Amino acid sequence: MDWLFEPFQHVFMQRALAACLLIGFLNGFLGAFVVLRRMALMADSLSHSLLPGLAVGVLLFGVAPAGLFVGALTAALMVALGAQLLARGARVKEDTALGILYTVAFSSGIVLLSFVKVRVSLMHYLFGNILGVSNQDLWVAYAVALVVLPLLVAAERPLQLLLFDSAVARSQGIPTGLLNIALVVALVLTMVSSLQAVGVILLLGLLVSPAATVYLLCDSFPAMLWGGGALGALGSVLGLWLSYWLGVPSGACIVLVLGGFFCLAYLFSPRYGLLPKLWRARHFHHESLSRWEKH
Amino acid sequence: MTAHTHTHSHSLQVEDLTVSYRRIPALHHVSFSVECGQCVAVLGPNGAGKSTLLKALAGLQELETGRVLFHGRPMTGANQEFAYLPQREMVDWDFPTTVRGVVEMGRYLRVRWWRRFGPEDKHAVDDALESMQLTPLQDRQISALSGGQQQRVFLARALAQEAHVLLLDEPFTGLDQPSQDALREVFRELRNRGKLLLVSHHELSSVPEIFDRVVLLNGELIAAGTVAEAFTRDNLTRAYGTRVFSRVSHGLAV
Repeated sequence: MDWLFEPFQHVFMQRALAACLLIGFLNGFLGAFVVLRRMALMADSLSHSLLPGLAVGVLLFGVAPAGLFVGALTAALMVALGAQLLARGARVKEDTALGILYTVAFSSGIVLLSFVKVRVSLMHYLFGNILGVSNQDLWVAYAVALVVLPLLVAAERPLQLLLFDSAVARSQGIPTGLLNIALVVALVLTMVSSLQAVGVILLLGLLVSPAATVYLLCDSFPAMLWGGGALGALGSVLGLWLSYWLGVPSGACIVLVLGGFFCLAYLFSPRYGLLPKLWRARHFHHESLSRWEKH
Repeated sequence: MTAHTHTHSHSLQVEDLTVSYRRIPALHHVSFSVECGQCVAVLGPNGAGKSTLLKALAGLQELETGRVLFHGRPMTGANQEFAYLPQREMVDWDFPTTVRGVVEMGRYLRVRWWRRFGPEDKHAVDDALESMQLTPLQDRQISALSGGQQQRVFLARALAQEAHVLLLDEPFTGLDQPSQDALREVFRELRNRGKLLLVSHHELSSVPEIFDRVVLLNGELIAAGTVAEAFTRDNLTRAYGTRVFSRVSHGLAV
């Protein structure tokens, strides 16, 4: 069993393990909302727009986590809200507005980082390094989990109504605007806490893949939340472990493992997989017959 | 669910209602009044404001002028007594939920956000499923249903919500004949329970067999009343201009 546990004898690997469990779960849990609300593009834009905030944080405070956190948070929130404002009542729709805003933000981040004298590489922020996770980073992740998870769990039912049918939710008096903002804030907080681990570019994979995988396997919203979280944590730990033995970058390895899970579900899911569907197609007349009888 | 006994007549009064999209009015100064236990067709050509009227009643559209009185009291904001059933193409049928899951959503606002469902909630959901004949299908994912069954799921949700006024947007669109007949039966039962159904509809020939009252719109109110009073060739000509289908004439009250 040495091969299984040996990597985790190092302190940096133990920290990385804790980060994987925490961040993997948080992202997987939140992913359900992103998938069902079709916010993947928005989430991607948000993650990219963290970069100028990081750059400003580094310029002002050096590489202290608190400064980075605040910087990235403001940048992402400004882009998210900016897109909402731009889209409201304008001819340009929200996805286009986001596309412009986030590439501008991303570019200004790259330009700003080139002025930074401290030894931080652009690559580090783009791809992250879970092996370099500090205790402070872990505390940030704990704190974010403590805010985000109870919020989402408490508001699970109204959020489900919002996702399923926002017009009806609004007509029944659910504060849909407030819940939408809360979702975006939860998303940004989670992203900022995951940045150190997987970086700006790979964040989206960690967020979306576990939820999309579980979406192919079940028909229950709570199962999608908790299953996504569990799968995210599991996949992250597995990815970390593999990256140790293969000597490859951990963030990419984690995203590859999660992507692999998705491919398996996409092909073999009993209900919604490609192959079972092909197999069932031959027996279609049975299904249509039973439907006809139930009518 | 026990049949709703009416000690007094519930009425829904619409007074001088104007609704606009970007300051262009879709409904002008519409007034009419209907009562619970009625099945009301909202008729009119495309763009006549049928959907707008339903959405305004559901609280989805802001009113520019006028007000809506329910039980004689002006309605303000969201109301659990009203249930809006969206057009079928507006629903995400791939949502990870079952028939029972959707019906349970009708109870969500009766139960505090973080509380568990109580026995009375479970009971209400069971009853709603039963009366829409969905009990055997309750664990199905909602896309694995026929069009008529999908309509009944949302009706069951409205029942679980204990809504009194059901607002349906084109429920008969895309249903095959057996499903249409089944839905008509369901409407009849709901009406007998004292529910008020307001249904936008575009197929004129089936109006007399499904509905007992009509509200005829063309941006403004053309006529409102019982089928015998209001569903006349004269009113239809006024609502639809010259484009009245000759084949509907057999269904018309003269």
